[in-house]
Amino acid sequence: MRIWLEKQRHLIDFTLASLARRKTKNIGLLLAYTLLVFVLASLTLFTHALRSEATYVLAGSPEVILQRMVAGRHDLIPPGYLDNIGRIRGVQKKEGRLWGYYYDPVLNANYTFMARPADEVADGHIMVGNALARERGLDKHNTISFRSYSGKLFTFEVSAVLSPDSELLSADLVLLSENDFRSFFEYPAGHYTDIALSVANPQEVRTVAAKLASALPDSRPILREEVLRTYQSVFDWREGIVLTVLAGAILAFVILAWEKASGLSAEEKREIGILKAIGWETGDVIRMKTWEGLLISLTAFLLGFIAAYVHVFHFGAAIFEPVLKGWSVLYPKFRLVPTVDGLQIATLFFFTVFPYTAAVLVPIWRAAITDPDAVMR
Amino acid sequence: MIELSNIKKAFNQNQPNEYWALHGIDLSIEAGKVTAFRGPSGSGKTTLLTIVGCLSRPTSGRVRFKGEDISGLPERFLTDIRRQSFGFVFQQFNLIKGLSALENVILPAFPTGRPRSELVAKAGDIFDQLKLGHRSAAKVEWLSGGEQQRVAIARALINDPEVIIADEPTANLDTALSKEFMAILEGFTAAGKTVLLTSHDPLVVESSAVHRVVGMRDGRLTEA
Amino acid sequence: MRPSSLALGMLAVLVTACFLIFGLVSRLSVEDEQKLNANRALVEKLGLTDLALFTEARYTRHPTQADLHSALQDHPGAFDHFPSGSLLPPPALLTQSHAHLAGKTTSPD
Repeated sequence: MRIWLEKQRHLIDFTLASLARRKTKNIGLLLAYTLLVFVLASLTLFTHALRSEATYVLAGSPEVILQRMVAGRHDLIPPGYLDNIGRIRGVQKKEGRLWGYYYDPVLNANYTFMARPADEVADGHIMVGNALARERGLDKHNTISFRSYSGKLFTFEVSAVLSPDSELLSADLVLLSENDFRSFFEYPAGHYTDIALSVANPQEVRTVAAKLASALPDSRPILREEVLRTYQSVFDWREGIVLTVLAGAILAFVILAWEKASGLSAEEKREIGILKAIGWETGDVIRMKTWEGLLISLTAFLLGFIAAYVHVFHFGAAIFEPVLKGWSVLYPKFRLVPTVDGLQIATLFFFTVFPYTAAVLVPIWRAAITDPDAVMR
Repeated sequence: MIELSNIKKAFNQNQPNEYWALHGIDLSIEAGKVTAFRGPSGSGKTTLLTIVGCLSRPTSGRVRFKGEDISGLPERFLTDIRRQSFGFVFQQFNLIKGLSALENVILPAFPTGRPRSELVAKAGDIFDQLKLGHRSAAKVEWLSGGEQQRVAIARALINDPEVIIADEPTANLDTALSKEFMAILEGFTAAGKTVLLTSHDPLVVESSAVHRVVGMRDGRLTEA
Repeated sequence: MRPSSLALGMLAVLVTACFLIFGLVSRLSVEDEQKLNANRALVEKLGLTDLALFTEARYTRHPTQADLHSALQDHPGAFDHFPSGSLLPPPALLTQSHAHLAGKTTSPD
């Protein structure tokens, strides 16, 4: 055992001395490789963490949201609609919701206004999301004015700013009382935006939705499972930018491996011949080259993965921010809960370490098995 | 010690450029002596030496080393014997560029798994014997011709082989260095090692250090 | 120092760091758990249905609530003209058949 270990250390010594002869080239290779792994791992970690968090958090979403459609477009819920639902078995609670969008010309940003019951927000007061507060410099007890779509100016006092931890959900929210909402948007009396229903038994939800659809043919029920499914496919690898990054990374990697695998120079062949002539077996040469492949690819993978972890969970995936932010003005500051999808990381490992090591081994195979007398010539 | 029976070697067999380098060599080499092979280029001296030194196999014929038939052994055992019993000094030295003299010298011992400290100590001893100690850390491409040759010799000695094989050892050396080389050879004999070498150089072949001269021409022995 | 010792040592450090990471993520820390539960409670209280990731337009802000026709869509289910369009696929409900909206009436036409 000791002999085996010492032998491997000897082989590693030789490999490293050999790599050190072309220091810049090999360090450049290592860096490029690490960068590749870093980008891919960051993408994987980020999308997985975002998806898990969305799934966990949105599990609190209403079981059924009922929208009303007129000519394929979303329309308001008229008065009395709520009662038409009647008493469908399994529906515990039905609540008309009031929410909408407001465009703020000061920041060129869109806000989401939601009406809340009086015990949460009093008339004349609003609660705002943290990103909004940050962008407009708002704090508790500050006042802010909005010009409604009818041209009137409404002034509100901020009674609370929502927690910064919830920015991912509440970045652009403005919560106000129902009366304020209705007067601000000149919402027709008795109308609602949509209806939120809670169903006790999760297995009953589809049946309830079907009953609703038949009772109210112009309605469109949106189930919680559909909400969750939407966020399961966020950043799916088939989506545009993710696919582009992935394709680019894979291409870069293939070029790297191809360059390695595309044959030995005469110098390298000669060296393998010399090694065999001085007493190395074929197996020793192959083991040495395997170490070369493993050392570089393992180091690159581990470094890239650790850097990706720190990047995503401590720096909030700063590199992806411009992409995600796009044309938004308000972008939530959020720290994802660290979570790793073992399977994806293992896949990344297999697809980076093994192909590279194989790419290093393939060209030397023939040279390693020939008789060393060719060296003499 | 080494017996060759009807050794024949062909290159590119069954192809249009088939070439027979050796046409049936029968030879017996004594232990502890220096045997020199002389002959013009193309006479097969180098080929013969590679077969004796287990670097290649004969096309037909047998090689016996200390009574054991080694020409038919599988690669692993052959490499083992090569490593333990034979030390090769190539005409072109064949040192690995970019590595230091020390690293080159201990390289043949790597597969044995001996501890590095032991190898470095042994290399140190050999360097002292060959008066190379001050150059052990230098990269081999910076060494002079004579120093490179001594590094090549040191490398051949690291595994304490019984047989040293040197191919045209003085071809790249001046007279002074050639004489130094012959002195080293005498040291080998004194230590009980067997030496085989090839040479055109009369300084080598006619030297008192050489016990036996074997002539070769066109793949056959001339004077036995 | 012997190069192989350096290399193996460095690899050992990196592997340990990786194991540490896996150890860290295997269990939710107390604060993270609290944070997640607080957010879930907020979702329940306010009846939220979407993350506020893409606030560029209303149909990117609430992708799960988006309707079939919106401005600047080349395809009824496509979010486009925003970078977010290449990150989010259209919600499954928009790509399903909507024959049911044709309205199955109980009385003959």
